[in-house]
Amino acid sequence: MSITAALRRYEEVNDEIQQVLLTKQKAVVHEVNGQRYLGCALDAGKTLEIHGTAGNDLACYLNGGKIILYGNGQDALGNTMGGGEIIVHGHTGDALGYGMRDGQIYIRDNVCCRGGIHMKEFRAMKPVLVIGENAGSFLGEYMSGGTIVLLGLHLKRGQKLFGSHCASGMHGGKIFVRGTFPKEHLSPNIKVVSLSAEDQKELEKYVKNYCRYFHEDYESIMKKTFKKLIPATARPYANMYISN
Amino acid sequence: MLKEGQVRIPAGCAIAAIIDRKGGLINGSEIIKSIALMHDRSNGLGGGFAAYGIYPEHKDAYAFHIFYDNAEAQKKCEEFLFKHFNVDEAERIPTKKIPAIKNGPDIWRYFARVNRVRMRNARLDEGEYVVQCVTRVNDAYEGAYIFSSGKNMGCFKAVGYPEDVGAFYMLDKYDAYLWTAHGRFPTNTPGWWGGAHPFNVLDWSIVHNGEISSYDANRRYIEQFGYKCTMQTDTEVITYLFDHLMRHHGLPANVAADVLTAPEWDEIDRMSPEKREYFTALRSIYSGALVNGPFSVILGSGKGLLAINDRLKLRSLTAATKGDRAYFASEESAIRIVCPNPDKVWSVSGADPVFVPLEIHQKEES
Repeated sequence: MSITAALRRYEEVNDEIQQVLLTKQKAVVHEVNGQRYLGCALDAGKTLEIHGTAGNDLACYLNGGKIILYGNGQDALGNTMGGGEIIVHGHTGDALGYGMRDGQIYIRDNVCCRGGIHMKEFRAMKPVLVIGENAGSFLGEYMSGGTIVLLGLHLKRGQKLFGSHCASGMHGGKIFVRGTFPKEHLSPNIKVVSLSAEDQKELEKYVKNYCRYFHEDYESIMKKTFKKLIPATARPYANMYISN
Repeated sequence: MLKEGQVRIPAGCAIAAIIDRKGGLINGSEIIKSIALMHDRSNGLGGGFAAYGIYPEHKDAYAFHIFYDNAEAQKKCEEFLFKHFNVDEAERIPTKKIPAIKNGPDIWRYFARVNRVRMRNARLDEGEYVVQCVTRVNDAYEGAYIFSSGKNMGCFKAVGYPEDVGAFYMLDKYDAYLWTAHGRFPTNTPGWWGGAHPFNVLDWSIVHNGEISSYDANRRYIEQFGYKCTMQTDTEVITYLFDHLMRHHGLPANVAADVLTAPEWDEIDRMSPEKREYFTALRSIYSGALVNGPFSVILGSGKGLLAINDRLKLRSLTAATKGDRAYFASEESAIRIVCPNPDKVWSVSGADPVFVPLEIHQKEES
């Protein structure tokens, strides 16, 4: 069942998607351009396929459903998602995976600023964010849990793996980075360590998925060394205003 | 009517711009389409456009666009204008009655050349003479607001959604090589006609999404040089900062952008010696012109288009190019609606101002 978005209001398009998904497992929307909140709180077992440029807050509060976007995303994609999977065949804007609590996001290209801001985890809920190319400033800002994988594929000369203030205020979770990265952009609170055997196993799983979704070569990606970025302390701002 | 500062309305904004680097003309309907796509980013309390290259038959005259609250204000302002300028033409700006735009002022435009005798007696160059005249009207003539004062360009703004403002001014009847647009969602303050974007002096125009935390520091700095912030909203000060840095001090666009968005000291400390010296100098000399707070800003001018983001990147801004054209907008979708297949599309980051120069010969202003 195919829906055409074109210049229609997002409320209307979202209503139509919900109607389709009442009886079907999958809805396809074409000619999307800027419509917000698509796939909001989509439940497990449902799939939404989107063609075009998805508007802000795509798949916010995603509740176990699956979103496949053929095109670019804008700001706050996967905002506060609580489970499910988002696959983006393109790039995304600012604040990707904002406050993400569970589920997985795979971005083929680059992401702008504040990717994975305040991702968090709790017991079995462990969100994962995989980025194919590079990330803008403030990647993993205030991150308190979950995993970010930054692959750095296809970077041109002068392009850096991540922008300034990387992991500023990070106090939990981990970021796997591949190849050389700009150490000067790392926040002072961050430690760079080698991957444990367990880390390596976890990473391989995500990279395999990425390669499957976007037809990249797994072996050549894994040839380069990965490092793990983790917070040196769980309370980076403990002494910011007063010493205690 | 309550004006800026008297009411607080919490809220965001939309900005968009198109330039043809070779001076090719773009119809106003295109920029309206782009800004209209981001309808939900504004709330109907302000919309506006700046258009460059729209008055070729008056290209050597200053085009003053003026709001008048009443006939008395117009009489007094015209007295001043006719004394200080040789006015070639005076007319109401053509508008179309539409239900969404109401309670507006009387809107006039004048094509005028400076009164050279008065200018020489004042010992000012032409740009300074015009800016001082505009400042004088906006500061001392109650009910008269010169909201556009460039050559061969003009701002059009009102209280309303931007697409309605575009229809009100019939911008599909104008062709320009450079357009900027704004949809307002006023932060802290209510919307009034003078407070809509763009803000303009000479041919600098500013559209802005965000708010300026350093407003008072910037205002105190810029008012030392004869400017007066009269529109009672933060964005105005950015226009004067650019005019001051680029006209008085002759800074190129990219250097002026570095002044406004200079990096933090700890970043400067890590730079190569030349860059460190450069930014240390800028931050020392122009400390009062450093703009803080969340913003994405587009500066339109006869020299080209400049887009900047605050250094912490707290507002979104996307850029794209296609052939001779460059596009900017708060959202990528607003670019794709007028340019479905750009050659290149990217997010403007906090550290990298983007300047798209106009490549046709432009007569230098004095």
